[in-house]
Amino acid sequence: MSEYAVELEEVSKHFGPVVAVDRVSLTIRDGEFFSLLGPSGCGKTTTLRLIAGFEIPTEGTVYIEGKPQGETPPYRRPVNTVFQNYALFPHMTVYQNVAFGLEMRKVPKREIRQRVLEALEMVRLPGMEDRRPNQLSGGQQQRVALARALVNRPKVLLLDEPLGALDLKLRKAMQLELKALQHRVGITFIYVTHDQEEALTMSDRIAVMNEGRVLQVGTPQEIYERPANRFVADFIGETNFLPGQVVEATGEQVVVLVDGQMPIRVPAVEAVTTGRWVTIAVRPEKIALHAQPPDPQAISGEVEEVIYGGTDTRYQVRLTPETVITVRQQNAQVGEAVVFPVGSRVYLSWPPEAARLLTE
Amino acid sequence: MKGRTAKAQGARRRGRWLNRLLTLHGIAGYLFLYAPIVILVIFSFNASRFMASWGGFTLAWYGKLLGNELIGAALKNSIIVAGTATLVSTIFGTMVALAMSRYNFWGKLAFDALLYLPIIIPDIAMAVMLPLFFVLSRTQLGLPTIIISHIAFNISFVAVVVRARLAYFDVTLEEAAQDLYANEWQTFRRVTLPLIMPGILGGALLAFTLSLDDFVITFFTAGVGSTTLPLRIYSMIKLGITPEINALSSLMLIASMTLVLLSLFLQKGGGGKIEIV
Ligand SMILES: Nc1ncnc2c1ncn2[C@@H]1O[C@H](COP(=O)(O)OP(=O)(O)O)[C@@H](O)[C@H]1O
Ligand SMILES: [Mg+2]
Repeated sequence: MSEYAVELEEVSKHFGPVVAVDRVSLTIRDGEFFSLLGPSGCGKTTTLRLIAGFEIPTEGTVYIEGKPQGETPPYRRPVNTVFQNYALFPHMTVYQNVAFGLEMRKVPKREIRQRVLEALEMVRLPGMEDRRPNQLSGGQQQRVALARALVNRPKVLLLDEPLGALDLKLRKAMQLELKALQHRVGITFIYVTHDQEEALTMSDRIAVMNEGRVLQVGTPQEIYERPANRFVADFIGETNFLPGQVVEATGEQVVVLVDGQMPIRVPAVEAVTTGRWVTIAVRPEKIALHAQPPDPQAISGEVEEVIYGGTDTRYQVRLTPETVITVRQQNAQVGEAVVFPVGSRVYLSWPPEAARLLTE
Repeated sequence: MKGRTAKAQGARRRGRWLNRLLTLHGIAGYLFLYAPIVILVIFSFNASRFMASWGGFTLAWYGKLLGNELIGAALKNSIIVAGTATLVSTIFGTMVALAMSRYNFWGKLAFDALLYLPIIIPDIAMAVMLPLFFVLSRTQLGLPTIIISHIAFNISFVAVVVRARLAYFDVTLEEAAQDLYANEWQTFRRVTLPLIMPGILGGALLAFTLSLDDFVITFFTAGVGSTTLPLRIYSMIKLGITPEINALSSLMLIASMTLVLLSLFLQKGGGGKIEIV
């Protein structure tokens, strides 16, 4: 028995000239809520289908519970899928839909009945057994799809944007419910989404994908606080990018000259040498604004725009003729809180570790 | 102001006239289509032996049909032919439709076009080719050759109807079944087949109707003792049109219409409610 529920080893999938999945390696732990996050078309669904067995890798190996899957058909893999459009059988009742998997595995009738009712109870749909899928709302269909998969007690549950078709409010509620459900049943969830907020709130770990590749794997905090590259920093949350050239690299600290005129100090990440072009990434909410320079080297700029947004206020601050930076300040204090009017000169500061040096 | 209302009224009046004209055209069209049929049905109840005069209402001709042994034999042949041809062509036609919608293979477009060919080419062309084929293969003409010929043209009709149904088929439903441990056969049996069944039944009814009504191809491929109903009517007509023929034709008309309507109903959404498990 492997400690990993699912492992992908250098897995690629080509569709003719299209490389949908490109040398992806992943290890997903037992009982983990693992998300595949990335923009539309980046290969999330294909990765899921490779695990389910609907696609066979062009190269590489998929392991489920330590066993290489090769060309094992979907019906012999200990995983179940919640499809993007639910894929409920329209000619069967809710009960027949949920019972389908158990019937195929020749579970005794009486046990089927008990487990189906239990599963419907679990997704909070009791009393709907005799309805047809087309007599249910989108949210209810989603629950039936969930019950139909969970009733089989799979080792791994694969979910392809299961909340994508629901409206915002229902989606938020279902996010919490799904997370709680996963906790309760202890089944490994592999969850596909293009919604970074959803991935951050629900996952134990996230794999960020783009153009068929996995760019970074980590906990939500790791991905948010220490993005591995520009794409991840840009895709997850909001980030200011300041491109510049390294003018000084002395061990701990690096000085980057932004726009050829503004030196900014950041902690060194790896061997960066003088003269190299890099990008500094700073999250808007990590930046503090001051009326007076907090230290002699503090950079300054002019407030160009102030946008009041309820919980926070966004400032657009022009640093150089080429560069505008976004700053987000919490509106923690009571009353009117626009401290810096348009046109005023402000000084910026951030904790040293808040600025990330990106070399690609 | 006043001028404008007058103009508007004129336009409205013109519109009304146009509507009336179109309605008239519609009625004329339907008369042209259905008057012969209505007359045929009416005269099947005519007590007089002659078409020229109305001798009062009677069911005698229908009664006479029942007692006619030649017609009884022809009916039996027709049902054997249509039943067998429908069964075989429905199975093959469905398989062809499934293969065409599932697989991409070299020359698929050509096969697709070839599938429609028997629908398009004139019956008479097929009717001339088929006996030639039977003669070359030294097959005795009779019921089997009629059945084989009917299968040949019916496969296309069934395949086309089933394909239309398959075009709306969501393939992820099959994936969902496989995900829930159903193997290929169970997936077909429990998910695919029930969902395309209305299309299959629609195709089968169409095939049955076409087979029952076919004259041209049957005429050329029939042998001794294999007279079907349309062939019987044709030989009766040679002796003059009798009310008996009218009665027989009326019955066939009603049978065909019922079958076609049922077939259309199944092909349209109506079939979705039908329970087949
Ligand atoms: N069956 C297929 N045939 C050809 N191209 C495909 C197929 N499935 C997916 N692709 C392509 O692979 C890429 C990744 O698709 P997908 O995995 O569906 O992305 P995502 O789920 O992240 O939106 C896309 O460019 C898509 O067009
Ligand atoms: Mg997708």
